[in-house]
Amino acid sequence: MGEAALLLFWPALAGYAEAAVAYAGDTVRPGRLVGYAIWGVRLGWLAQTALLVAQAADADGFPWGTWAGSLNLFVWMCVGAYLIWGCRAPFRLLGLVVMPVAALLLILAWAAGGVGEPARSEFGDVFLAFHVGLILAGFAGFTLAAALAALYLVQERRLKRRAPGVLRLRFPSLETLDSLTVRAVAVALPALTLGIGIGLARLGSEGGGFDAIMGVTLLTWVVYAAFLVLRWEAGWRGRRAAYLALAGFLLVLLVRLVLTPFFHFEP
Amino acid sequence: MKLLLVGTSYQRAPVELRELLAYDRELRRQALERLSADGTEAAVLSTCNRTEVYAVDADPEALEERVYGELSALSGLSHSELAPALYTVGDEAAALHLFRVAAGLDSMVPGEAQILGQVREAYHAAREARTTGPILHRLFRQALRVGKRVRTETAIGENPASVSAAAAELAERVFEGLAGRRILLLGAGKTADLTAANLISRGVGEIVVANRSRERADALARRFDGRGVGLDAVEEELEWADVVVASTSSQGVVLSAPQVGRAMKRRRGRPVFFIDIAVPRDLDPAINDLEGCYLYDIDDLERVVAESVAGRREEAVRAEAIVSEEADGFRAWQLSLDVVPAIASLRAQAESIRQAELERAEGRLASLSPSQRRAVEALTSQIVAKLLHQPTVRMKEAAAAADGVLYADAVRHLFGLGDDDQARDARQ
Repeated sequence: MGEAALLLFWPALAGYAEAAVAYAGDTVRPGRLVGYAIWGVRLGWLAQTALLVAQAADADGFPWGTWAGSLNLFVWMCVGAYLIWGCRAPFRLLGLVVMPVAALLLILAWAAGGVGEPARSEFGDVFLAFHVGLILAGFAGFTLAAALAALYLVQERRLKRRAPGVLRLRFPSLETLDSLTVRAVAVALPALTLGIGIGLARLGSEGGGFDAIMGVTLLTWVVYAAFLVLRWEAGWRGRRAAYLALAGFLLVLLVRLVLTPFFHFEP
Repeated sequence: MKLLLVGTSYQRAPVELRELLAYDRELRRQALERLSADGTEAAVLSTCNRTEVYAVDADPEALEERVYGELSALSGLSHSELAPALYTVGDEAAALHLFRVAAGLDSMVPGEAQILGQVREAYHAAREARTTGPILHRLFRQALRVGKRVRTETAIGENPASVSAAAAELAERVFEGLAGRRILLLGAGKTADLTAANLISRGVGEIVVANRSRERADALARRFDGRGVGLDAVEEELEWADVVVASTSSQGVVLSAPQVGRAMKRRRGRPVFFIDIAVPRDLDPAINDLEGCYLYDIDDLERVVAESVAGRREEAVRAEAIVSEEADGFRAWQLSLDVVPAIASLRAQAESIRQAELERAEGRLASLSPSQRRAVEALTSQIVAKLLHQPTVRMKEAAAAADGVLYADAVRHLFGLGDDDQARDARQ
């Protein structure tokens, strides 16, 4: 069964990679390749869903308890979130940011052994399902918010500099990108809050040390909470809000790609 | 039957001549009536950039003379005076021309959308006047389809082709739609008028006109159903405006960056799109450096339009391929008309033989029940249909290869069919 999951990894990766290339090509010749990109996202995501199902069927407990396994699940959540509303016409170019990141992270998950035979975790299944699931869902939302913020900064720069072909690429309006970034953070933050809450509750009941991952995750929560407070109370929007969303995402990357694999092998 | 196009356009005739050749509704109706008096199919496309008469008749030379006569009578110019400005093309070339026109490929600005509506209007006018027949009906319907197809399958009509449209489209890259937005007009020159009109057509909410003279501001505001204010109130109005269009005749800067900066603080970061179409410029260029402010002057907008038109020209290559493919389709259909009467005669003859044979066998079939009777009817119909299927397909294929007339003659000879006129009458 682990081999079946591994076999499904390749079509998933091929779909995501094809989508990333097609989105990049679409910036050169708008409107020509976007259809291929969307089909790449859909087929890749379906293959990855099948991969996760195969892993779950084969697992004795929560199948994504390792760092690499959780990265696999994280990619699936990010692409799933993108599929829900990112594929719609005005936001398609989000794929320009989301799909290369998804393809790279999936390769990383594969290289670290997260897409084959699932490993047994030392933690309880229910705890892991909620704690990991919620934190990853929050991080997936922040990833989408970061993609929106990056797109905002690109489009803002093009408009400010009156870049050649400023109307050629069908970017969503700045206002749309800005409000969607806020919405993505507003949905992701409660998920992260709950995930952290469950983790802290377990820490309180079963004991354990406070480590760097917990510290940076809490810092991530503070940055995104500040993002929302500054937005609603001080009217922070536009470029400043986009930079703050990207700063928060750097912390997400720090947790997912640096701290978790190198200092702590549980998610 | 031959399709003929006689016409002129901005490429051949100056505006003075095009004015003389322009049809209004009533003149067009009268011309269509005259042209179709002896059963000729006719349609007239008349816009500010072109006048074209499409007609179908068996005698193209006489038809050309009649169309020239119509245009001569309309313009008051002689045949020889008109001739250098007119083009005359027939059949495939005429169809290809109309398809290019409908696709916007023959327009001053490639891909402009208005022409498709004008082709539709010409077709409807001809239909109302009952001057379309099978060929013009098919030609115009296909032209409308080509126009839509080109705009759907290429990006030829996507980007703006005028300064006012470019300004409105850029504003839509900042805001999530312009519906309900507030526009602040500083002064009101001709281009500002057009820009305001373009923004209004996209659903902007309120227009405020600021002018040095309050009376003049009020007068201008009434034109847009807006509100007038003096120039001294501009900073205050900036707090709520989303788009600012400046076009005063002032020799200096009307709105400085520090003024805008103060307003931006009160706006809590909400963006503003500035359009400066005045020369000399009304708006301090440093406004563009402020966060949330996007400033485009007339040169910037003209550059956007130039890029956009260049992009349209690139797309025109793809559009030409679509038009050419459709013109081939029309040609094949037109050629198939050569064999249609022969096919109709063949089928009519086969059907009459079937009916006659059933009547002859009436005595022997009388004992059949109604369901058995229906089975015999169906069986004989199927035999006839199957026998004629292959010859019909082959004749149509031959027609597409321009051999249709030969095959039609052979079929008429082999099956002893009547001439085409009889068959056509039977079909009609």
